[in-house]
Amino acid sequence: MGFYGDRKLTAEEAKRLRETDIGPPHYSNFLHPVIKKNYGKWKEHEILSPGVMVHTAESGDKIWSVRVQTCRLIATDTVREVCDIVDKYCGGYVRWTSRNNIEFLVSDEKNLEPLQKELKEKGYMIGGMGPRISNMVHTQGWVHCHGAATDASGIVKAVMDEVADYITTKELPAKLRLALACCPNMCGAVHCSDIAVVAIHTKVPPVDHDRLGKICEIPTVIASCPTKAISPDPAKKSVKIKDERCMYCGNCFTVCPAIDIKDPYRDGLAIVIGGKVNCLRTPTKFSRLVIPYISNEPPRWPKVVAAVKHIIELYAKNARKHERLGEWIDRIGWERFFKLSGIEFTYQAIDDFTFMRETLRNQSTFKW
Amino acid sequence: MKKYETPLLDELEKGPFPSFVKEIKKAAAKNEMANDELGQLEYSFKTKRGYWKHGGIVGVLGYGGGVIGRYSDLPHMFPNVEFFHTVRVNQPSGWFYTTEVLRELADICDKYGSGIMNMHGSTGDLVFLGTTTENLELIFAELTSKEKPAHLRFDLGGSGSAMRTPSCCVGQARCEWANYDTMEACHQITQEFQDELHRPAFNYKFKFKFAGCACDCCASIARSDCSVIGTWKGPILIDQDAVKWHEKKGMDISREIVKMCPTECISYDGKELKINNDECNRCMHCISKMHHALKPSGERGATICIGNKAPIVIGTIISHVIIPFMKMEPPFTEFKELARKMWDWWDENSHPRERIGEVIEFKGMRSFLEAIGVEPIPQMIKEPRRDPFFFFTEGDIERFKKREEEEKKTGKFIF
Repeated sequence: MGFYGDRKLTAEEAKRLRETDIGPPHYSNFLHPVIKKNYGKWKEHEILSPGVMVHTAESGDKIWSVRVQTCRLIATDTVREVCDIVDKYCGGYVRWTSRNNIEFLVSDEKNLEPLQKELKEKGYMIGGMGPRISNMVHTQGWVHCHGAATDASGIVKAVMDEVADYITTKELPAKLRLALACCPNMCGAVHCSDIAVVAIHTKVPPVDHDRLGKICEIPTVIASCPTKAISPDPAKKSVKIKDERCMYCGNCFTVCPAIDIKDPYRDGLAIVIGGKVNCLRTPTKFSRLVIPYISNEPPRWPKVVAAVKHIIELYAKNARKHERLGEWIDRIGWERFFKLSGIEFTYQAIDDFTFMRETLRNQSTFKW
Repeated sequence: MKKYETPLLDELEKGPFPSFVKEIKKAAAKNEMANDELGQLEYSFKTKRGYWKHGGIVGVLGYGGGVIGRYSDLPHMFPNVEFFHTVRVNQPSGWFYTTEVLRELADICDKYGSGIMNMHGSTGDLVFLGTTTENLELIFAELTSKEKPAHLRFDLGGSGSAMRTPSCCVGQARCEWANYDTMEACHQITQEFQDELHRPAFNYKFKFKFAGCACDCCASIARSDCSVIGTWKGPILIDQDAVKWHEKKGMDISREIVKMCPTECISYDGKELKINNDECNRCMHCISKMHHALKPSGERGATICIGNKAPIVIGTIISHVIIPFMKMEPPFTEFKELARKMWDWWDENSHPRERIGEVIEFKGMRSFLEAIGVEPIPQMIKEPRRDPFFFFTEGDIERFKKREEEEKKTGKFIF
């Protein structure tokens, strides 16, 4: 039970008790004793199974981490259920990872098996370590975002169900990081993922001239457009959009709701692949467009799921050990990837903005 | 409570991966807000459209951020989500929790909100998903209450044109590769800049992420305006017995390590593994694969990179190296000073909604480097520029001319 239990504070109390600028509590309050004791003195680690690893300190102390996948959105009762398990096996200490997984921290090896057994019985999915798929980073989608072109959690759930074996058991050549952004604004920063799904708009947005003058700042709307497609429309006290310049990024909508970019029939999903964050072997890579458009098909987005799975299987079959998806494609060439995958090469996949000089080919040395 | 039929969402309760629909339903069973969230989400699935309005300005007294205003576009159908604001709660470094503190946060979320949380949002905050305007002050008071012990007192995170909630990898808490204390750096920077975090005074958002090594487990290079990535200066230490252990375990050292080294600085003759450390670029491939045999040594610090952003508006940018090596030790004075200098320059040179990476492109890297007091060195670039159009200051020319005068005196060219 929390500090105030079920009791709600009164407005008077709130005024008296509140304090600004305290910042987060210091993390040392929440560290497992073994972690606290060996902070900065870890020697090595070993991944023991798809969801279990052990870290050994210079002192010889060990801490086991059991990783469980989550869908990020979590009910408070699930948090409490996790707490009960953590109290039982982990002395009350737990952490979340940067990919929204839970790590149960175990200092007594005897607790390792019973913990995993209970987690499995309660339906938790253990895995995601080593050369496998870990949780798919994603945005809010229709659950809570004003700008979402699609749902986020729904596609993630459908994709992750399909690739579950690569989380819990099967190995890939290297780790594979999936991500989803529910509009081109990309709060999920999916642009450096092995495979990412990005929701896109495909149509010049209509302008509601009656509302625009009343609720939007016209200079801000004009300045928001990266391709200078928006200009003033003094007669209507609004703006006009030059169709041939608009590439449907939706930035105008972000600053002005009277330009309604959302279109249930035309909004769709693009697939970008081959990115990575870390600098192991090769520098950080951007994900590149391979499939420009798939219709938005809730509740389980079968074509998106099939596309992701197809690319994963191709990678699993062809890449060398330790090669990330993008490194594999760099080695074999994109022309080879398109041939192997059977994915249609489209105009959309050719850069036509300031980046084209970086991405077009300038040699006669390519493969057929 | 109204019972919504959710045939489409029900499809997402099937399958092995954890179901967010089950989570929403769990909350909806005892919370009217969560129930209407479920109803509206089903309607979105049916019509393929979101129904949340643009954010309005809501918040707590004295702050300009931390709360994202959210209102349903369909309040007549889903009255309990007419007001459904997001509250960002600044997470502890490394997302470590005790069950005591998780229960405290869960209770606050239940009492004043929908009973749905995000663990965690993209920037790192713990998120209470959905509450009313009138409950915001109560949530804030209960989070920060002076009556509570220090470890139970939480503050809001950042939003809008402010320093956003910094985040970090697990660092030295549970990783042998962390080249600096990422969690302490994250904590101290968060505390130092509370004003910049809570009161948006910038032209746009600014994010920090602290990663302990090139593995970059918090994606700092791809998700923060200022990416602080741990590195080291000494040689890689080799335990030759452990090299053998890896080989015995089935590792093909020649193929997996020697041939995959990007600088070709490793050799192995079947007996001894050798590394030409001067040529190593510290990419972490060999260390991460032969984790029992190899480890970094010597002086530790971080590479500071600047400018990352997502594609809107001028295309995505990955952070650029500006300081190849900086000591990162508490109280992080040098780093804090750098942050202030960067923000001053950004503030003076940007328009609203321009990220620092964009402004560096418009104004040129030189302007930025001079403002933060950093001299150019080749570690900053992949390759020099390819065109002959570049700026000179009077001072530059004077310097070149002066040097040539020196050369004439000594008869020795200096390039």
